[in-house]
Amino acid sequence: MATRPFSALGCAMAGAIVLSACSAGSSTNDDPSGSDSDSTQEVTIGLFAEPASLDFTTTDGAAIPQALLYNVYETLLKVDSATGDVVPALASSYEVSEDRLTYTFQLVQDATFSNGAEFTAEDAVFSIDRVKSDDWTVSLKSAMDVVESAEATGEHELTVTLSQPDNSWLYAMTTGVGAMFDTEGVGDLATDPIGTGPYVFANWDRGTSITLERNEDYWGDAPFFGVVEFAYFEDPNAVNSAMLTGDIDVVGTVQAPESLAEFETDEFQIIEGTTNGEVVLSFNSDKAPFSDVRVRQAARYAIDHPTLLDTCWAGRGELIGSMVPPTDPWYEDRTGDYPFDLDKAKELLADSGNEGVAVRLRLPNLPYAVACGTVVESMLEDAGFEVTVDSLEFPATWLEEVFTAKDFDMSIVSHVEPRDMQAVFGDPDYYTTYGIPEVQALFDEANTGTEEEQTAKMKEAAALISKDAAADFLFLLPNLIVADPDITGLPENAVSTSFDLSALARE
Amino acid sequence: MILQLLRRLGVLIASVAVSTVVVFGFMQVLPGNPARVALGVNASDAAVARMTEQYGLDRPLPVQYFEWIVGMLRLDPGIEYISKAPIGPQIGDRLLVTLWLVAAAMVLAVLIAVPVGTWMAMRHRHIDGVVLSGLSQVGVAVPAFLAGIVLISVFAVRLGWLPSGGWVVPASDPVGFVQRLILPSISLALVQGSVLARYVRSAVLDELHQDYLRTAQAKGLRPVQAVFRHTVRNAAVPVVTVLGLQLAGLLVGAVVIERVFVIPGLGSLLLDSVGQRELLTVQTVVMVLVVAVLVINFIVDALYVVIDPRLRVGGRA
Repeated sequence: MATRPFSALGCAMAGAIVLSACSAGSSTNDDPSGSDSDSTQEVTIGLFAEPASLDFTTTDGAAIPQALLYNVYETLLKVDSATGDVVPALASSYEVSEDRLTYTFQLVQDATFSNGAEFTAEDAVFSIDRVKSDDWTVSLKSAMDVVESAEATGEHELTVTLSQPDNSWLYAMTTGVGAMFDTEGVGDLATDPIGTGPYVFANWDRGTSITLERNEDYWGDAPFFGVVEFAYFEDPNAVNSAMLTGDIDVVGTVQAPESLAEFETDEFQIIEGTTNGEVVLSFNSDKAPFSDVRVRQAARYAIDHPTLLDTCWAGRGELIGSMVPPTDPWYEDRTGDYPFDLDKAKELLADSGNEGVAVRLRLPNLPYAVACGTVVESMLEDAGFEVTVDSLEFPATWLEEVFTAKDFDMSIVSHVEPRDMQAVFGDPDYYTTYGIPEVQALFDEANTGTEEEQTAKMKEAAALISKDAAADFLFLLPNLIVADPDITGLPENAVSTSFDLSALARE
Repeated sequence: MILQLLRRLGVLIASVAVSTVVVFGFMQVLPGNPARVALGVNASDAAVARMTEQYGLDRPLPVQYFEWIVGMLRLDPGIEYISKAPIGPQIGDRLLVTLWLVAAAMVLAVLIAVPVGTWMAMRHRHIDGVVLSGLSQVGVAVPAFLAGIVLISVFAVRLGWLPSGGWVVPASDPVGFVQRLILPSISLALVQGSVLARYVRSAVLDELHQDYLRTAQAKGLRPVQAVFRHTVRNAAVPVVTVLGLQLAGLLVGAVVIERVFVIPGLGSLLLDSVGQRELLTVQTVVMVLVVAVLVINFIVDALYVVIDPRLRVGGRA
């Protein structure tokens, strides 16, 4: 921890304070009446990009799990938003067999769905089988491929057998893939979500907001707020104005870090933590010139990361140098692999015979990509690349041209899924065009080994990917939240895919 | 005259028909597949193909086109790919919001333009008339979204008089509804009002030299009375036609203003749907806008024919 930048240390300490504050709050909530939770209290949280549907089983995108996961839908295990640890949720405990193939979960006894049905092991089996069926369509479903069978071995005991040991499976169960549905509650997922969570879905005002209400029959600690409204914005100025005028109480994700100065007063609190969003400068290594490792290395040496972060993202965020955020167990600071060195960059480029080579940087039209793209362009030109930049509408056009057709030399995009190093760099057919056999072997060993082996092998894989310059890792997107000063229990680090409301309270 | 109107009606129908083909055609060349957007970056090609089929996007284009046309004629253009919600009611709700905004802006624009324009005309040789005229030029040049951002930062953020955005239904909260309508309609009306004021100015200037005005003054009316009682009325004819054309401009301007003020109108629906590649929704919204503009133009044309006998073919008969 001592090696981390000061700001991160400050955050971790702030996180500890918030955590103790909210655990104190929840212990009062354990009082018989739960009188602490005021049913009239409301909170409005400003978020970006309204979901197109409420059904994350058929619609991709971060917006749906952000609003619904852990709040309306629960999983067997969840990621604690304060610590990043995997903690019990609908499963009070679990055991893993010696051969790491069989998982036995003891489920909580008194959970009910918002349609009144009891949560049993049958529902868990149904939910897992459903991911493997054609009803689930989004690509994340592949995380469940490794499951051979799921069985209800008791009313509240679930036994899952894997076809091979796979450490990433248990983690995937904390994401949307692991959400527990009622056998009778999947009729209209797009507009009527039914889960066991602390909140129930109340209303979706298309184009404006999604409202959740406290689940009065919740099996766990009752949440503080009676009503939570997620208000959706498309424009960073509009969300800031709404916060400044008091229309909303929290800005869940600040999209324009340079605007934070407006909020540096006693009237607001600013929370800065980490996310899982590694901003990756990807190289198309299937194609010249980036098929030559020296060209990729030259590009990595050419980028002055601290200056880049200051220039394009107001210095907010963390330099990581690899595909691993600090909240993952296999994090190592790899910013030393390619320190800024213009001479070395020029030399490597000259060695490869590619001086003045023309390359295309094709950006999605997202704020960080556009802002940082111009900085990357000028830094690479200093090293002797001839860069042409164009901007593609995200997601549709970018997905078609860069992602699917691989018609690019370089691109910049933030990969926001948790623990996505294997997904992004373990498959030669992915747009990053990497996934060399050596790195695939390391991922296989990590997935099938013990917890210690997993950590060790993932570290090796991250080091290999970094040293081989499979991509450049510009920085880690910060989790920036602005809120009324009396709001507590906000997710410090955005480590899960959920905007977890369970600890949220007003002092 | 009837024949003339029928001919223009024919032109209107033909224009609508041609635009359906053009709009549908543009959707087909728009890059990006809605199934890929819905399924996410790691989706297999097989999954994308299956979803494309489920959305009905693999069928021959003429089939898709005619199904859309028939659906629109029955006011039921179909369902959204992703949410499976029917598109018709969705567009109806959003259109109502946009119409409130456009109507409020139109009324405001007229309220600004008529007195200001008349004043500019009457005082065109004086310093105040010239200054106002210069200001109206600035008003024409300022884009509506910029006006919106400035208004928000002054009246919502600094002064705290009005909310910075959002929308409530008039029936549920009439006061909140009016409060939220003020800033966006002013943003739209400033530009349109400035344009309109310049038309009013030149129309009134033309009329100021007419003999009847001298007659009115000879009768004993003061200049201001004379202008407002006689000239403004005569100047109204060309101004009303400009107003009609501006209505079309307002509908389009509202698309941007809705984004700035977080208003769930037709413009927000259009932009969201483009992002999601909800092609059916996009092309239907665009057609609603196209038809609105064409119908407004038709009405303006028709009014010309009714009002001005010189435009009638064979009008002498």
